Amino acid sequence: MDFLSTLKVLLDGTIVTVELTVTSFIIAFSMAIVVSLAQVYGNTPLKVIATIYERILRSIPLLVVMFILFFGLPSFGIRFDPFTAAILSLGLCSSAYQSQIFRGAILSVPKGQILAAQSIGMNGRQTFFHITLPQALRFAVAPLTNEFTIVLKDTSFAYALGVTELLREGTYIVSTTYEPLLIYLFCAAIYFTVTFSTNTVVKRVEKKFALPGFEFRGERA
Amino acid sequence: MKVLEIKNLKKRYGEKEIIKGISFEMEKGETVVVIGPSGTGKSTMLMCINRLTEPDAGEIYLNGKQITGSKHPEVFRQKIGMVFQEFNLFNHLTVLNNVMIGPMRVKKFSREKAENVAKENLKRVGLELQMHAYPAQLSGGQKQRVGIARALAMEPDLILFDEPTSALDPELVGEVLEVIKKLAKEGMTMLIVTHEIGFAKDVADRIIFMENGEIIEEGIPSVMLNSPSQERTRQFLAKFMEGR
Repeated sequence: MDFLSTLKVLLDGTIVTVELTVTSFIIAFSMAIVVSLAQVYGNTPLKVIATIYERILRSIPLLVVMFILFFGLPSFGIRFDPFTAAILSLGLCSSAYQSQIFRGAILSVPKGQILAAQSIGMNGRQTFFHITLPQALRFAVAPLTNEFTIVLKDTSFAYALGVTELLREGTYIVSTTYEPLLIYLFCAAIYFTVTFSTNTVVKRVEKKFALPGFEFRGERA
Repeated sequence: MKVLEIKNLKKRYGEKEIIKGISFEMEKGETVVVIGPSGTGKSTMLMCINRLTEPDAGEIYLNGKQITGSKHPEVFRQKIGMVFQEFNLFNHLTVLNNVMIGPMRVKKFSREKAENVAKENLKRVGLELQMHAYPAQLSGGQKQRVGIARALAMEPDLILFDEPTSALDPELVGEVLEVIKKLAKEGMTMLIVTHEIGFAKDVADRIIFMENGEIIEEGIPSVMLNSPSQERTRQFLAKFMEGR
């Protein structure tokens, strides 16, 4: 196998990896917002349900969730193809972690500002959208970027379900070329490149939305 | 006309009764200063007036309309400004936006109109030059003046001040007190909790002395500060003069 065809196969795998990452991250993001809102603002039953959801999913390894969804659920007649099962598992697990990022970010907005918003006559919705949310999102950017790179790297678990993502494509090539070190290093380099460029883009976004006088928040350098 | 009427206000936290039945009234244009030892429920009383803290018992009226029991306290809060000890400015907004967000989002003014109202009130507190700065770039005294402008921009019938200078460095206290004095001269109705006795003497139409959740005594400054009728007021003031 020549270099170009190797590269092409690995890039095909990379595209699947990125698809897995982005799709499951978006699913997780949306679910996490709901879970965190339930935890912070919900009534007692909602809080309990959200907390149980988050605790359970944070306590089970991703691979186990994948196996339950892919190999276990068919016993109930529920079948997913490997790609879907991988996305759902990644999404569920990450949603639990992201919900805690949002919860923390919402609670980081000082209570005094909420009182001040109420004192000028804002109702709960106005206070949330104009005061809490804009600041909570800023607090959430850095940990969310971190979570994104974790999801990206965790997509390699989809290997176990037979999804032809980057690592599996790499392994196919290894089985024909017998060059494990070279090929897996290549895979590593691709993971690194995607993660690194994501971080660079987010840093720029963070800088753009940083609050003057609070510069130390985003940049520790 | 009575701007504020409070009848038998009570508040407890668990076992501890913080406010034990307070009643008083305020006329339009009056400046009332509340003094008293720390932890005697002065701040809690202010928070009960606009129901940021829910009172346990008693009635509160703003311009004759009952606040307590209303399902929409936010309607009354639009008419009651509040200035906080810790400023509580919105960190993600510029000074201008801090002041205009109320008129724009709550009163639904157009952006242009809200901006004009905000600029006018920033001028009143002497901060029109800082309007594009963010709160974190201001000194404590400037922050508190923004807090006052934010309250003024809602054109309230009454402003509550919760120890407005207690979090300030001594050299910054003056600029904030000057602004409040100016508002008193303009006829704003204000209820001020403070430890600045000298300021109270200058600005107050009436002083209320509170201790352990009760009003011990009230009266005009010259009488209250020079010859209070109650022993507890005398003791408090004596301790205060020593400390100075």
